Order: sequence, then structure tokens, then C-alpha cells
Amino acid sequence: MTNERILTDEMVAEITAYFPRYPSRQAVTLPALHIVNERLRHVPLQAVVEVAELLDLSPAQVQDTLTFYGFFKQDEPHGRVRAWVCRSISCHLRGADELFEHICHKAGVEPGGTTADGALTLEFGECLGACEFAPCVLANETLHKCVTNEQADAFVESLK
Amino acid sequence: MAEFEPVLLANIHQEDSHTLRAYESTGGYAGLKKVLGGMSADGVKELVKASGLRGRGGAGFPTGLKWTFLPKDHPGPIYFCLNADESEPGTFNNRILMEEDPHQVIEGLIISCFATAASTAYFYMRYEYPLAWKRVQAAVDECYAAGYLGKDILGSGYSLDIFLHRGAAAYICGEETGLIESLEGRRAWPRIKPPFPAVEGAFRKPTVVNNVETAACVKQIVDRGAGWFRSIGVPPDPNNPRDPGSFGPKLYCLSGHIEKPGCYEAPLGITVNELIDNYGGGVWRGRKAKAAIPGGISMGLLTADEFDCPLDFAGPGKYGCLGLGTAAVVVIDETVPMVDFLHNSCQFFSHESCGQCTPCREGTSWALKMMNRIKAGKGRLKDLDLLLEIADNIGIIPGTTICGLADGAAWPMKNAIRKFRGEFEEYIKRTNPDGYMETNPVPVLEIIGAH
Ligand SMILES: Cc1cc2nc3c(=O)[nH]c(=O)nc-3n(C[C@H](O)[C@H](O)[C@H](O)COP(=O)(O)O)c2cc1C
Ligand code: SF4
Ligand code: FES
Repeated sequence: MTNERILTDEMVAEITAYFPRYPSRQAVTLPALHIVNERLRHVPLQAVVEVAELLDLSPAQVQDTLTFYGFFKQDEPHGRVRAWVCRSISCHLRGADELFEHICHKAGVEPGGTTADGALTLEFGECLGACEFAPCVLANETLHKCVTNEQADAFVESLK
Repeated sequence: MAEFEPVLLANIHQEDSHTLRAYESTGGYAGLKKVLGGMSADGVKELVKASGLRGRGGAGFPTGLKWTFLPKDHPGPIYFCLNADESEPGTFNNRILMEEDPHQVIEGLIISCFATAASTAYFYMRYEYPLAWKRVQAAVDECYAAGYLGKDILGSGYSLDIFLHRGAAAYICGEETGLIESLEGRRAWPRIKPPFPAVEGAFRKPTVVNNVETAACVKQIVDRGAGWFRSIGVPPDPNNPRDPGSFGPKLYCLSGHIEKPGCYEAPLGITVNELIDNYGGGVWRGRKAKAAIPGGISMGLLTADEFDCPLDFAGPGKYGCLGLGTAAVVVIDETVPMVDFLHNSCQFFSHESCGQCTPCREGTSWALKMMNRIKAGKGRLKDLDLLLEIADNIGIIPGTTICGLADGAAWPMKNAIRKFRGEFEEYIKRTNPDGYMETNPVPVLEIIGAH
């Protein structure tokens, strides 16, 4: 692990801007992790150390919170697009499992994996709160609704 | 059924319904002006109490009563947390309100904060709602610019800040004390109650947690009165002195094997049949239904014969379900093996258990292992009894866990196996003809994980 600073001045400024919102520094943990994750697409250990320093916490406290959420990757960045294929009941009933298998095959990745070109990370998600559009996929900020295999193909192609 | 006019969803079809301009053009923020212009905090509390409003987040607790649990004459601060974590499978009504009519939610939130003397509100939203996040943030910004938020709102002397706080994809953050722990920057482990949040909540201060739709109802009650609210829905059961009734309009989410999935507003107490036929256009592809989830997957299952169940707070319980929950109805057609349904349910809860209580952590993960085995054709009849043994012993109802996630995990198991036992037994015998009678320990199969 290198000890070069990971948090840029902008990130630090963004994080500290959250301080007045909460009566405790620790409450800024999730906002800070999101700020780092948005930029780096993962939150490496060195960033955890630096966030902890900013929040007057021990790195273990930040790491503890971070690992509770399966959300933040630490070892390597996720793809430029991170897509969740919903597997919960309403989507399951409308073919989510088959859709997920199809997209994995089309993109050439294992569940949870990232394509070799770093374009796409493909994961299961639990109910995305868009069950009227089952089966659905949330890819970064875009919700893909009532996704057919053809639409899924077009989506994977569009990332190339 | 008398003609029913949607209220909560009245604005969403307007152009730019999410903007302040559109909201004000139909009388938006008149209620807030009325409250700040002359009502006392206690007056608003009384109004909401008189309306009979019960929380829309799943537990159905009377909202006005919850507010009165705050300590009297507290020096402050009192915090308000708006629960927008909406993650119960099948549920999306909060998302629609936040995306299409965020000002309705915010007006209700400001009024609720005034009533409870909160000066800071945290709007806790699940991560997977990027559009709702943008719309609510934009609406909050508009409110600051218009003087509906900030210092000395509309010259009333009342000040309030609303801060958005973003979750990180964990269902348990919807449980109110899990939410508070998550807000405080720790793992979202629900707290042992008491103390309840009203006494000691966020940052150890008195805190109210309410759902997004509850806030929207508060705004409507201020506009239209408690009498109007009580004119809709189901009055208390005279034979049950503890039933406060189920008043008001409700947003029902309809999904699964239905012709027209969507979010529909109807009076509390509509039956599953009415919802499917009058709103959902019937079961899809001309098929018959086999079962339905009455209010999010945690609530269990109704068989197709039970679709006369009224969807009010007391209804699903009479049919062996856990309750009304989020009023999210998921229709399951006749082609679906119940083994598939229950496997999906067990997969969800074992993934989402926070791991704090042994009965929930171990119970949900062993239930999934057994369902994996059954689904893979290695099931034993004994597994059904083991599953029921788990289901009957995890949760706050049997008293073995800290929060209700475990009850929600248990109910689909109880209902599916008890209401469809014949089908489960037939499946096991058919797929495992040589081993279904086995009672000795058998090995676990490999599990493919999520994320
Ligand atoms: C496992 C679990 C998950 C929950 N998820 C939510 C949720 O996503 N949104 C919500 O409003 N309430 C949720 N609740 C209920 C909350 O604990 C709480 O009762 C509710 O937010 C109170 O608001 P209300 O009184 O307005 O209904 C959940 C409860 C449990 C046990
Ligand atoms: S019941 Fe389950 S989810 Fe709730 S606190 Fe216990 S382990 Fe966590
Ligand atoms: S079940 Fe897939 S979005 Fe709700």
C-alpha cells in the first residue's frame, strides 16, 4: 500500500462541507464514502484512512461501516457502468434470472464481474423499487424498464 | 364502490409536476401557510390524531399518537427522519411520490416537523433512486429559495433545515433504528427497544421516523380536514377495542403477473380481487392466479381463494398473513411453482439479514440452504418441518430477535408451506424419488452469491 494521498482537495472540501449538517462527525461517514466512490469507483484502504482522519475517527470505525454495506468495492474499481439486475420477486416472476444469465453471456462476464475493457460491472440487485417495470436493470443513473433480451443486447453493445 | 377521486396522485399527470411552479398552481403550500399562519404545534398534532392516520411505512402505527410520545417541553434538538429507504420487494409508491410530486412530500414533512418541534430533518433515501434523489434535492433547493425552508419560515419564527442523506443498498436501513444507526455513520444494526426513537433516537435525541407517504397524507389532512380523511376507508371493528380503524386513501402497488402493473390510489379496504380486476386489468395472459403477496414479500401469501381479503390494516392478518405492510400486491400466476417463490423469498432475507441476532442470521441462511437443496431436486420431506421450525422461532413475535426483518422472513415460509404443503411435498417426491424420505444429515450445496 502506498501512502500517497488519495483524497483530492476537492473531495476534502466536499466532505467538510457536510460537517455543519450533523451534530457528529461520524455521521459524515456515508456521505464521505459516496464522494470518494463517485470519483474513484471504489474506496481503497488508503482513502478509508484519510476519511477517518478527516472525521476524527479511527480507520477501523470507517472500515467497519464501509464493509457492512456490500456496496463499496475496495480492491479495484468497478466498471464505468455498474449495472444491477433486479432479482427480487416481481422481477423474478417476469424472467429476471434468465435476463441476468443472458446479459452475463452477452457481456462475457461472471455474476459480479467486470468486463475486460472496464466498461461494465454486472451484479444482482435486490428490489430496485421499480417493480411495475419488471424485469428492470439500474445502470448507473439510468433505469432500464421491462428489459427484453434484445434491449439488453443493445445496452451491452452501447458500452463498446 | 362509490366514485373515488385520487388525492395523493392527483398531481402526477400534470406537466412538470415535480416543480414548485406546477405544485403551487394547484394550491401547493397553502396548507403550510395555514399552519404557520395560525395553528399551534399541538393543534396540528391533534388534527393528525383526530384523522386516524396510521403510518404507511409498514407497521401502521397511529401517526399522531407517535408524535405525542416525544417528551413534553424538551429543550431540543428534536430530529425528524423521513424514511425513504423503500426496499420492500414489490413496493414503489414512495418512489413515484418523490419523482413526480416531491413538493407534496416536502410540504407534509415541513408540517410534520413543525408539529413535532423538530428543527432538522434528515431525508434518508435509498441509493437506488437516482431520479428521486435529483428531484427531491431540486425541490428542497426551490423551497429554500421560496422561503419555505431555512430560518424564520414565512415570517413565522419557525426554522427548519432538510438534509438529504443517501443510503448504500441495504434493506435493513429501512427499519427505523437501523436507519438511525446508518445515519449516524455506523453499521445499520437495529437497536433494542425501548428506548423508542421518540425518547432517544438520532444522536441520542428525541426523534420521529415517518414514511414518505405518511408525510404526504399529513399535507392532505391539513388541506382537507380530519373529517374528510375519516370519511375514506374502514372504521374500527366494534368487536376489537384495540383496532383504531384504517382511514384514508392508500397507494397500492401492483406488480408481478398482472396486465397493468402500477401504483394505484384507492380507499383503504379495497379487496385484492377489486385491485386486480378494477385497476390491474386482470391476471396477465388470461391466466389464473395461484397466490398473491398482500403487502410486500414480508407479509406472506394469500391463496387465490383468499382474494376477497380487504387490504386494510386488519385485513391480511385475518387470512394468516403478517399484516398490510406496504400494501404492495404481487400477483403470482398458476404456472409458478411455490418452491420458486419461497426460494426467492429466502434468498432475499438471507442476503438482507444484518447478522446481529443469531436466530435471524442463522435461520435465514439455513432456510436458503434448504431451499437451494429442494430446488435442486435434493429435498426431503423433513426439510419442510425444519423450515417451519425456523419460521416459527425467528422474529419479534416469538421474541427471539431485535427487529421485524426476521418476522418478515418467517411469514412467507409459514404461509407458503402451510397453505401449499401438498404442492411442496409433491415437488420433493417427484424431484427426489430416491431420497425424499431421508432423515439423516445431508450435505449443503454450493451457493451463488449476490454482489
Ligand atoms: C426490516 C424492516 C424494513 C423496513 N423498511 C422500511 C422502509 O423501507 N420504509 C419505511 O417507511 N418503513 C420501513 N420499515 C418500518 C419502519 O421501521 C418504521 O416503522 C416506519 O418508517 C415508521 O413510519 P410510519 O409510522 O410513517 O409508517 C421497516 C421495518 C422493518 C422491520
Ligand atoms: S432480526 Fe435480523 S435484521 Fe433484525 S436486527 Fe436481528 S439479525 Fe438484524
Ligand atoms: S422486484 Fe425488481 S424492482 Fe422490485
